[in-house]
Amino acid sequence: MKTFTTILLGIYLLFTAATGQAVEERMMMARIQQDFPEAMAQLQKTIGEYGYTVSRIQHIDVGLTASGFQTDRYRIVFFGKPEEIRQLSTRYPRLIPYLPLMITIFSEGEDTLISATDPMILRSVSSDQALEHQLLRWRGDIAAIMDELVR
Amino acid sequence: MKIPILTSLILLWCLPLWAAPNGGQLYQRHCAACHGLSGQGGVGIPLALPDFLAHASDRYLQATIREGRPGRVMPAFQALSDAQIDAIIQHMRQWHPGDAAKPGSPRVTVGPGDVKRGKALYGEHCALCHGTNGEGGKGTGVTFSRPRNLPIMPPALNNTGFLAAVSNEMIKRTLMDGREGTPMISYFKAGLSEQDIDDIVHYIRSMEQDTIHWSPDREAEPTIVMDSDYDLATTVENIQRAAVGVNFRIIRVQHLEDGLFSEDQVNSKQVIIYFCNFNFINQALSIDPRAGLYMPCRITVNEDEQGQVTVMALNPKFMSRIFNNSELDESCDQMYEMYVSIMEEATL
Repeated sequence: MKTFTTILLGIYLLFTAATGQAVEERMMMARIQQDFPEAMAQLQKTIGEYGYTVSRIQHIDVGLTASGFQTDRYRIVFFGKPEEIRQLSTRYPRLIPYLPLMITIFSEGEDTLISATDPMILRSVSSDQALEHQLLRWRGDIAAIMDELVR
Repeated sequence: MKIPILTSLILLWCLPLWAAPNGGQLYQRHCAACHGLSGQGGVGIPLALPDFLAHASDRYLQATIREGRPGRVMPAFQALSDAQIDAIIQHMRQWHPGDAAKPGSPRVTVGPGDVKRGKALYGEHCALCHGTNGEGGKGTGVTFSRPRNLPIMPPALNNTGFLAAVSNEMIKRTLMDGREGTPMISYFKAGLSEQDIDDIVHYIRSMEQDTIHWSPDREAEPTIVMDSDYDLATTVENIQRAAVGVNFRIIRVQHLEDGLFSEDQVNSKQVIIYFCNFNFINQALSIDPRAGLYMPCRITVNEDEQGQVTVMALNPKFMSRIFNNSELDESCDQMYEMYVSIMEEATL
């Protein structure tokens, strides 16, 4: 049964790889047709709905403006699942600089853009397959959060 | 019993992969974040310009989507199928039905040209926006979030992706007609003859011989790591002092788990020092508004169960591969050097 499931999953991954869903390393981005405050509130809510905790929000725009630079609203949202972050930072210390996860959110005219690093770029941190599964799950969750916001 | 159910579920899951591609959905998923939902532009250039759609053949668009623009933000979508790319193009063509949806008409032919003369004409009429050697304008497409000199980034004409996609006829038509909605004027109306334009076309084509193929640093490790012989508290202090010494402002020192666990439960052996230089951030965001992904600067000090203290930072050289922006590489290199120097000073 396990072997059969693995074969079928293998076939699926082959197809998803062929359509670019599993192998490409690039930035994950989405355009939200909402103004910034609404999109920001929605982002935090959706992150929570996927079981993550927002640990901190960095107000890049505030610091830039205070330093005399012109900018529209620009924030970085840090988030993670507490136990997951604890376990992974112990098991894969080289992952620590990338933890907690982050999504940048900034105004773009009347829209709002969000972007995140594709967690799969971190595959080389360890050859452990458990890490690859974790990264794939993060990628799936971030993509789903973005899809949710675009809808 | 379980196997057929599982098979059916997985086949159902795979079904969308066999269905006819939906151009609108594909555009929204892969293109809209940068180019705008209706092609109005953003981080990427505006696509819904009637002149652009009239000048750009399907072949040009196919090659552009497939190969991207190495080092110029537009990624190569090599995993999309031909049918998916064609569906995206059909979706784009619907923005301006009519003449603009029939690319390449009226047809132009490019005659023989003088590259040397074309170079001189290019220097006179094109270099101001497209750069002396065709390297293009600075920054990204249309960034609404920050002040800009031009409404659009002039494309890099010496880019390997551009030269592989564009035909001489398309370059000529663009020079002849201009591109309404951008600073690109009609050089034919501005007084250049067809021969002048042919000379410029041949000069631009000659750039193929001098292109530099941009490729990201594939050897870079994700993380910069150094061991510290000092204890955790001393190392944290050393990092702060070293960062301030190279003109950074410490904005926050916190535990990795702050905000995730209650204060009495956080692991106090993992400390992040956040610091920044807003001039540097401003420069990086002006080049590419997505650069916030490696901001603010941060170094983590970690003490493991054996008491070994380690300092770690994400490697900006490693991160640069996902931006596909050669201009940002310089910032990434600077940031790498800065991290290494702070970490070395703190651990010496």
